[in-house]
Amino acid sequence: MSVPHDWIPANTPGATVGAPPREHVLAGLRGTDEGPDLVQLLTPEGERVACPAYDAHVADVDTAALRALYRDMVLVRRADREATALQRQGELGLWVPLLGQEAAQIGAGRALQPGDMAFPSYREHGVAWCRGVDPAALLGIFRGTDHGEWDPAATGFHLYTIVIGNQCLNATGYAMGQKFEGRVGGPDAQATMCFFGDGATSQGDVHEGFVWAAVYDAPVVFYCQNNQWAISEPNERQTRVPLYRRAQGYGFPGIRVDGNDVLACLAVSRWALEECRTGNGPVLVEAFTYRMDAHTTSDDPSRYRLADELELWKLKDPLERVRVHLVRGHGVGNDFFDELAAESDELAARLRAHCHAMPRPGPERIFSHVYAEPSPELDAQRDAYLAYCASFEGGVR
Amino acid sequence: MTVTMAKALNDGLRAAMEDDPKVVVMGEDVGRLGGVFRVTDGLQKDFGEQRVLDTPLSESGIVGAAVGLALRGFRPVCEIQFDGFVFPAVDQISSQLAKLHYRSQGRLRMPVVVRIPFGGGIGAVEHHSESPESLFAHTPGLKVVACASPSDAHWMLRQAIAADDPVIFLEPKRRYWEKGEVDDDPPPLHNARVLRRGSTAVLACYGPMVRTCLDAAAAAEEDGHDLEVIDLRTLSPLDLDPVFDAVRRTGRLVVVAEAPSSVSVAAEVAARVQEQCFHSLESPVLRVTGFDTPYPPSRCEDDYLPDLDRVLDAVDRAVAW
Ligand SMILES: Cc1ncc(C[n+]2csc(CCOP(=O)(O)OP(=O)(O)O)c2C)c(N)n1
Ligand SMILES: [Mg+2]
Repeated sequence: MSVPHDWIPANTPGATVGAPPREHVLAGLRGTDEGPDLVQLLTPEGERVACPAYDAHVADVDTAALRALYRDMVLVRRADREATALQRQGELGLWVPLLGQEAAQIGAGRALQPGDMAFPSYREHGVAWCRGVDPAALLGIFRGTDHGEWDPAATGFHLYTIVIGNQCLNATGYAMGQKFEGRVGGPDAQATMCFFGDGATSQGDVHEGFVWAAVYDAPVVFYCQNNQWAISEPNERQTRVPLYRRAQGYGFPGIRVDGNDVLACLAVSRWALEECRTGNGPVLVEAFTYRMDAHTTSDDPSRYRLADELELWKLKDPLERVRVHLVRGHGVGNDFFDELAAESDELAARLRAHCHAMPRPGPERIFSHVYAEPSPELDAQRDAYLAYCASFEGGVR
Repeated sequence: MTVTMAKALNDGLRAAMEDDPKVVVMGEDVGRLGGVFRVTDGLQKDFGEQRVLDTPLSESGIVGAAVGLALRGFRPVCEIQFDGFVFPAVDQISSQLAKLHYRSQGRLRMPVVVRIPFGGGIGAVEHHSESPESLFAHTPGLKVVACASPSDAHWMLRQAIAADDPVIFLEPKRRYWEKGEVDDDPPPLHNARVLRRGSTAVLACYGPMVRTCLDAAAAAEEDGHDLEVIDLRTLSPLDLDPVFDAVRRTGRLVVVAEAPSSVSVAAEVAARVQEQCFHSLESPVLRVTGFDTPYPPSRCEDDYLPDLDRVLDAVDRAVAW
């Protein structure tokens, strides 16, 4: 069997390269060392740098397209901040912030075609946005009124998966289905993208997903957002090698992209999806980014990481570099930014109003859709409970 | 001095680690963070990274590696972050942890504790409110216990760690912040406990439902009902002698649990009581439980979870039979 080594970097160094040096760990600067293989098209300073391997994949991105990417990021960040505020005000039980990961998600989400399928974890509000899932539809999960209000088939966006890693096997199976139905290699080719975190890479389901996808040449892009932390655990608790190198062991390509560079994320994701569509899947993409907020609104990151680290990553903010590039490189003026600010405010107000108006589900919700086929036993349980509720004054207990 | 259940567990772990250098704590975020419920707070600082392990994010890994450590003479205490995340570990729990003593004809021991915060009532998102106890109680080779008070939390955990069998240790997460005294004289691990004597009917319960049943018993006094409340504490093995005794005195039993009722611990209690106390029963044994559905979105959990009203409704039905 021939070994595909064109994607193994020449002079591959030892196993622990890419792991941050000890002094960085101690100083709380861990994870800022992206390594030599990072794909970047837009520097943190907003400068467009040439990247011969991937430039062609974003050759069509003109000023308007770049503005659209920026708009996406601004709006999802604003929705994220509004949801965080709603949680603080007791309107949501929990929120899982995406702050800092906007580029990683919008780049990937905008690379997806309508016929593709995405399998999110629980932080992919930006990908949801790109799939046409309104941010308001995400709120029910966190308000406790539902487990996901959107139609996965209609949107090409599966339900959020909270159990870490589960979706990697589901995405693999879905992609196998795409292949079995002949949707690889032709003009109507499709692909699947599976989202998960750095912590998730320790789960058996993720490794099994890699094995299965490789064995069946499944058209799936494993898109790992390495945001440096799994709640309180830094990357070093999960791996000795940079995560993208794991792919090598499974026999498919792994690429590390600057996850705070929306253009690079778009280019690499388009390339990876195209590989899958033409039958060269699977592919692992590691989007190297940073969780700028707490793990969730229940978490207190000051217990386990130093503020210096966040300050360092603020210099690499995914939105700021595009703003600078739009102004300096494309002459975009204040009007655009002003209009966008107004649009963000409208979105936030709409989300807030929607959240306040969300009805509490009735008790019958507990019993509905447990099975696709009738279940007389459960129906009897439901009827008994509803009769019990009706026995209270006013019919509610 | 009163302490919260979380603190009582923390003190219990600390004492167990001081007593025995082979006790190691392992789980996700248990070290630096001290666990998402702070049950392991400060332990890594005091005992070091080799005794309090922030493990890779894999539950099968946590339990599977604990089995290996136990083979080497360690006494691992595993933390599963939430009930709904134990399932990746169920293979290791069922295939190895529960069976190695049996398979080795007693040559190997598995003194492993798997701590699981369980149950609902905290308004959480999916997979954070489940009650998987029946799955483990249905697995021969495992012992399964549930604490309900700070004192029991403290002592039962220490007893579980000292035991030579694997123990699934269930902690009612919505009671972590309730306070109580830690007694000086704990009962044995595998004993049920009568918390309140009564003559009208018996409430048998465990974990988060113990507080609910005590409240119900207090409220029932107004209706002239004198309820006995028994905290089962140990779900495998069950200790039902106190329940049989109480049923023989009162003739009525209501079993209360958050888990779905079909094929459950509550169902087992009901079955054994009708076997042992058939002639004493004045009414059928009733169950007040969660419904046979997945745990619902949290805004529905007040309907899903047994509460005072539903418990008292069952008592009324038993009395009126
Ligand atoms: C199977 C499982 N175990 C534990 C958890 C609890 N948990 C939720 S998020 C998380 C960390 C995930 O880290 P990572 O994969 O890096 O994703 P991130 O949250 O950083 O996006 C953990 C341990 C879970 N949801 N599922
Ligand atoms: Mg992470």
